[in-house]
Amino acid sequence: MEPIALLIAATMNAGTVLAIASLGLLINERAGIVNLGAEGMMLVAAIAGFATGVHTGNDWLAFAAGAGAGAAMALLFGVLVIWLNTNQYASGLALSLFGVGFSAFVGIRYTQERLGDRPRFEIPGLADLPFVGPAFFKHHPMVYIAIVLTVVLAWFLYRSRAGLVLRAVGESPESAHALGYPVRRIRLLAVLAGGALCGLAGAYISVIYTPLWVEGMIAGKGWIALALTTFATWRPARVLLGAYLFGGVTMLQFHLQGQGVQIASQLLTMLPYLATIVVLVLISRNPTFIRVNMPASLGKPFYPGS
Amino acid sequence: MTDFTKRTLIRLAGLGTLAAAAALVGCGKKEEPAAPAATAEAPAAKPEPLKIAFAYVGPVGDAGWTFAHDNGRKALEAEFGDRVQTSFVESVPEGADAERVIRDMVNQGNKLIFGTTFGYMDYMLKIAGDHKDVKFEHATGYKTAENMRTYDSRTYEGAYMAGVIAGAMTKSNTLGVVGSVPIPEVIRNINSFTLGAQSVNPKVTTKVVWVNKWFDPPKEGEAAQSLLNQGADVLFQNTDSSAVLQAAEKAGKLAFGWDSDMSHFGPNAHLGSAIINWAPYYIKATRDVLEGTWKTETTWWGVKEGAIDLVSVSDKVPADIRAKVDTIRAGLKEGSYNIWKGPITGQDGKEVLKDGEVADDKFLHGINFYIKGVEGRVPAGS
Repeated sequence: MEPIALLIAATMNAGTVLAIASLGLLINERAGIVNLGAEGMMLVAAIAGFATGVHTGNDWLAFAAGAGAGAAMALLFGVLVIWLNTNQYASGLALSLFGVGFSAFVGIRYTQERLGDRPRFEIPGLADLPFVGPAFFKHHPMVYIAIVLTVVLAWFLYRSRAGLVLRAVGESPESAHALGYPVRRIRLLAVLAGGALCGLAGAYISVIYTPLWVEGMIAGKGWIALALTTFATWRPARVLLGAYLFGGVTMLQFHLQGQGVQIASQLLTMLPYLATIVVLVLISRNPTFIRVNMPASLGKPFYPGS
Repeated sequence: MTDFTKRTLIRLAGLGTLAAAAALVGCGKKEEPAAPAATAEAPAAKPEPLKIAFAYVGPVGDAGWTFAHDNGRKALEAEFGDRVQTSFVESVPEGADAERVIRDMVNQGNKLIFGTTFGYMDYMLKIAGDHKDVKFEHATGYKTAENMRTYDSRTYEGAYMAGVIAGAMTKSNTLGVVGSVPIPEVIRNINSFTLGAQSVNPKVTTKVVWVNKWFDPPKEGEAAQSLLNQGADVLFQNTDSSAVLQAAEKAGKLAFGWDSDMSHFGPNAHLGSAIINWAPYYIKATRDVLEGTWKTETTWWGVKEGAIDLVSVSDKVPADIRAKVDTIRAGLKEGSYNIWKGPITGQDGKEVLKDGEVADDKFLHGINFYIKGVEGRVPAGS
C-alpha cells in the first residue's frame, strides 16, 4: 500500500503547479482575453521567486515576489491588448519569448545558487494515519491552496455578482459596456489576476517543487496549462481534475518504468498528454456544452467607441 | 480615420518594442574578443589571432553539459591569451538552424569551429565540404572529413566510479537512475554505474526511469521522486540539471552530480560528481591548428587524459571505498584497469564478455543492452 499512497501524494504535488497556472488563465479567458504568455510569465516569476528566496530565506515572500512578477508581466500585456488593441495571440507570443530571454538574462548569476533546507509540512494528527496520512496530509500548503482556489473560483464565477459581471465581459463586452460596466478595467483586473496566479505557479516550481534556477526550467508547463483551460471547457473543477490526471499519469508512467513494465518508455512519456486529452474530450464531448461554456468574445478586441 | 492610423501606429510600435526586446535578450549571441578596440590599430608585426567559435546546444547557464564546454573554452583562452580569439553561440537547436549559425561562424573568419552536440553532425560535414580552409571539431559524432574530426569523453568511467560508491552506500540494495534519451552512450553509463556498484555489493539492482529529454528540471525531479518512492536510496542521472540531486536532498537520500561539480546543490545528499573536463582537448586541438599539425582522427579521452574524473567525494563515504575509488582512478590513468572486462552477463543471462575478455572501443560504442542487475528493458529504437 505504501507505494500507492506515495503515488497519490506525488500526483497531487505534480498537478498543483498546472492547476494554479491553469486557473489563472481561466480567469483571463472568462473575461475574453487569451494570454499565450503563460510560459514567459512563469519563467520570470520563477527567477523572481527563486532570487527572493535566496536573499530572504522566506518562501512566502518568494511566492509573493513570483505573483508580483507575473502580474507585472501581465500588466504589460494588458496595456498592449486592452488599451492599444494589439492582437492578443501575437502579443502573448511576444510576451512568452520575452519572458524566456529576460528570465535567462537576469538569472545568470543564480544558476549556481541553492536555497536552504526545504521545510516539511504535515497536518498534525491526520498525517500519522496509515495510507491516507502519507497520501493526503503531508503536502506543502500550496497543494491545499490550489484546491481551495478551485472551490473559491467556482463559487466566484457562478454564485457571485462580480463573477457574473466577469463572465458578461467575456461573453459580450458591448452589452456589459452598454450596462455601464468598465469593461477595460475589468479585463485588466482579470489579466492581472491571471498573471499573478501564473506567477505563483512559477515561483512554486523554482522554490518548492524543483528548488533550483536554470533558464528555461518551466520546460513547457505554461503551454500545457493553456491547453488545459480549453480542454477543461473553462470550468474550474475540470481544470483541477485535468491537472491531477496529467500529474497522475506522469507519475504512474515513471512508476511503471521503475517496475520494469514491458512498454516502450517513449510511449509512456506520451501517455500523460494523451490520457488528459482523451478524458477531457470525452467528458466535454457535448458541442452545446462547449458552446455554452466558451466565452463568446474570446480573443476578440473591444473598442468602446464602436 | 486619422485616429485609427495613429492607434495602429502605437500598436505596432508597442509590439515592435516588445519583440525587439525579446530578440535582444532571447538569442544569446555573445562575442568575447580578447581586445576589441586594440586589434584594429594593432601594429602590423603582430600576427592575427586564430579565431575560434563554439556552437552550444544548451545555455551556458545550464550548470551541466554546456557549462562544462564553456569552462573548456575559457581554459583555452587562458592558455593561449591573445594568440586566439574565441566566441560562442548558445542554445543552437539540433536542426537546420545549426547550419545557418555555423555557416555564419565561417563567414566571420573563424578558422577552428567546435560543435558540441551529436545533432550538428551532418550540417558540419556539409559545411566542411564547402570550406576546406576551416577546421571542424565535432563532439560525440562518428563522421569525419579531411578537415573535420570527432572528439568525445569516456563518461562511463565517471559513472563506474560513482557506482562503486553507490554500491557501498545503499541500504535498500536498490539504485535508481534517471535516464535522458536512450542512446548507446547513456545505456553504457547505466551499465557501468551498475558494474561499479556490483563490484562492491553483488546484491545491488538498478531501476531505470527514462524522461526522454536532456533538460526538463521539473520532470527530472518527478522521475527521481518516483524512483525514491519505489525504494531506491541512491540516485544517479544522465540528464543535464541538478534536479535529481536536489530531489534526493529533499527526501534525505543520496545522489551524485553529473557533468560538472554539483556538490553545493546537495550538501547532505551529494556523494561525488562525475565531471567532464573538456579543457585538455580544446587546448590540444588549438595547438594542432596553431602549429599546423592538425590531422583527421577520432579522439575518445577519459580519466587517462584528464578529461573525466569523480570529484568532491563526500566524507560520508567510508575510507576503504574512497581508497578503492582512488585505486581505480590510478589504474585508469595508467591504463592498467579495465571496467568492461569479462565475465559480464547480459540481462537475458547470456554472456556478453567472456572471462578475461576486455571490451574494445567498437564494443563499447555499440552497447544497446542492459547487463544483469539492471531492471526493465532498453527502450526501442536504440
